Amino acid sequence: MNIVVCVKQVPDTATERKLRSDDKTLDRDAVDGVVNELDEYAVEEALKLKEAHGGEVTVLTMGPGKATETIRKALAMGADKAVHLLDDALHGSDALGTSYAMAQALKKIGFDLVILGSESTDARTGVLPAMLAERLGAPQLTLANKVEIDGTSIKIQRITDYGFDRVEASLPAVVSVVEKINEPRYPSFKGIMAAKKKPVETLGVADAEIDAGQVGLDSSWSQVVDFAQAPPRAAGTVVKDEGDGGAKVAEFLASKKFI
Amino acid sequence: MSEILVLVEQVDGEVKKVTLELLTLARGLGTPAAVWAGPGYTPDAKAKLAEYGAEKIYVAGSEEITGYVVGPKAELLAQLVAGKSAAAVLVAATAEGKEVAGRLAVKIDSGVITDAVGLGDGFVAEQSIFGGGVNVQSKVSRGTPIVAVRPNSTAPEAAAGAGAEEEVSVSLSDAAKSARIVERVKQEKGARPELTEAAIVVSGGRGVGSAENFSVIEGLADALGAAVGASRAATDAGWYPHQFQVGQTGKTVSPQLYIAAGISGAIQHRAGMQTAKTIVAINKDPEAPIFELADYGIVGDLHQVVPQLTEEVDKRK
Ligand SMILES: Cc1cc2nc3c(=O)[nH]c(=O)nc-3n(C[C@H](O)[C@H](O)[C@H](O)COP(=O)(O)OP(=O)(O)OC[C@H]3O[C@@H](n4cnc5c(N)ncnc54)[C@H](O)[C@@H]3O)c2cc1C
Ligand SMILES: Cc1cc2nc3c(=O)[nH]c(=O)nc-3n(C[C@H](O)[C@H](O)[C@H](O)COP(=O)(O)OP(=O)(O)OC[C@H]3O[C@@H](n4cnc5c(N)ncnc54)[C@H](O)[C@@H]3O)c2cc1C
Repeated sequence: MNIVVCVKQVPDTATERKLRSDDKTLDRDAVDGVVNELDEYAVEEALKLKEAHGGEVTVLTMGPGKATETIRKALAMGADKAVHLLDDALHGSDALGTSYAMAQALKKIGFDLVILGSESTDARTGVLPAMLAERLGAPQLTLANKVEIDGTSIKIQRITDYGFDRVEASLPAVVSVVEKINEPRYPSFKGIMAAKKKPVETLGVADAEIDAGQVGLDSSWSQVVDFAQAPPRAAGTVVKDEGDGGAKVAEFLASKKFI
Repeated sequence: MSEILVLVEQVDGEVKKVTLELLTLARGLGTPAAVWAGPGYTPDAKAKLAEYGAEKIYVAGSEEITGYVVGPKAELLAQLVAGKSAAAVLVAATAEGKEVAGRLAVKIDSGVITDAVGLGDGFVAEQSIFGGGVNVQSKVSRGTPIVAVRPNSTAPEAAAGAGAEEEVSVSLSDAAKSARIVERVKQEKGARPELTEAAIVVSGGRGVGSAENFSVIEGLADALGAAVGASRAATDAGWYPHQFQVGQTGKTVSPQLYIAAGISGAIQHRAGMQTAKTIVAINKDPEAPIFELADYGIVGDLHQVVPQLTEEVDKRK
């Protein structure tokens, strides 16, 4: 089975993230990049499926040069090879542009299964898996906390507000995973060494047959008009419990008309 | 004025509060038109939608619409956008709402803004990003604006609309019917409001101490008519189900009131609750970062403070 797992490099959430004043995009140079956490669950799921059903796991990343760190991490976990979609023309792409570029790359790579995290920690739009399913004409098996494959049929549990749905489809398909579907493995020393020798193919827009007029900041379907640092929250009142803490909170809630 | 399509969110035929919020927002921008996707439409639902300003109600009652993952709803909306020359589409920024928005965006070649916390003239949306650190104004620059709005972004206000019904039939493509829902499993959640929708959320963290002790959090939530949330430390420990996790890898909530008990206030937790209007923290450590956000904080043992608070709330009812 040919599994492609989409992995995004995101700024470490523990650092202060900023937008650039020049083009209002995320300042990716100013911060340390890490693997988007949910994508580690996606890689783990891909590796487990490969272990059970055979095949190959390819990592797909779209991002600037330094996103190779993220690719190496996924390879160190055990993925076989990687494709890095890298081109200055892609900078500033919104969700539509990103999904278009990634769909083109996926068509070029070929796949039985595409696995993504369900949301990134930087933009947090959560739309990419659904957009890819739409663009690729493949079943959308998103928000999965369980995936089972039998031949060419695939079943997932899709988490919902009321519990979960059982969903069935046929491969090829697009899957997104939620936290707690599995426990991502740590790369072993051997894995880290092996990752250095695994093939990483770099694709530019022309290589992936991406129309440069449909990607990048200027072609985006959405734009940031303006932004500002959020004003700090006004300092609140903090009191020590002297046996009447609960009653005090109740008074506060009453003063705000919550009770 | 052009129509603003509002995708209705409902549970068992009952219209969710977020839909009333979206209708309220839509009234300021054009002619609100509610879109009912799937079976379960009732006269009560009609009355509710009209009460909050729906001039039109498009009813696509076919079972097929809810029988497959997301695709049919996107196709229904795409058909209506084209057929009614809609000016914009509003959906709730829930996980599924955003997926519908995403597929629709591809179908009609239009931009999408997710997680708006406000929406004004020219469909300029407010977003609160990076865990509440930065406020952004953004807009769709190509196509018909599609905006996913967070629940609790605006207060629902009644203002009667005509509520003129129109039945809609869609012929779904094979692609829309490729991920079949074979069973819906409803996990017991009792009478509590849904986490992302609730006006009040009471969350417990590692300080709660055990699964059994979450009854203390639930007790307060029930007294307040609130939803229950949990930090990742609590869901990781198995004390509370994962679907109630608030934060970066859990749900994002934006309630009127958020009460955090035994939660330290890690940046990843804050990412999911920082836009709450009022924040109350109960923590025994005076240095806990959650106090930096709190409008009101009690330094103390939650096992003392929370039951006392519950009792006081009950007394004042
Ligand atoms: C703060 C902020 C807000 C934004 N808001 C909007 C908006 O409202 N509308 C809009 O159109 N665009 C928006 N963008 C642009 C958006 O970041 C990009 O389009 C992005 O490439 C895709 O969005 P995402 O990271 O939210 O993906 P999500 O849909 O949240 O990510 C889901 C999964 O897709 C995969 N994935 C995502 N990106 C990549 C990648 N580059 N390489 C490999 N895999 C990937 C990962 O597996 C990830 O877990 C915003 C950007 C920022 C920084
Ligand atoms: C990539 C990533 C994603 C993450 N996503 C999330 C997420 O979505 N949601 C999330 O919540 N976390 C998330 N985390 C984890 C986050 O960093 C914290 O570890 C977590 O929020 C801590 O939970 P906590 O506050 O309950 O526990 P702790 O940090 O251990 O805090 C417990 C608090 O309870 C107090 N306390 C203890 N006993 C009592 C008592 N009897 N009465 C009163 N107070 C008491 C303590 O003083 C302490 O402040 C993520 C982490 C990473 C790295």
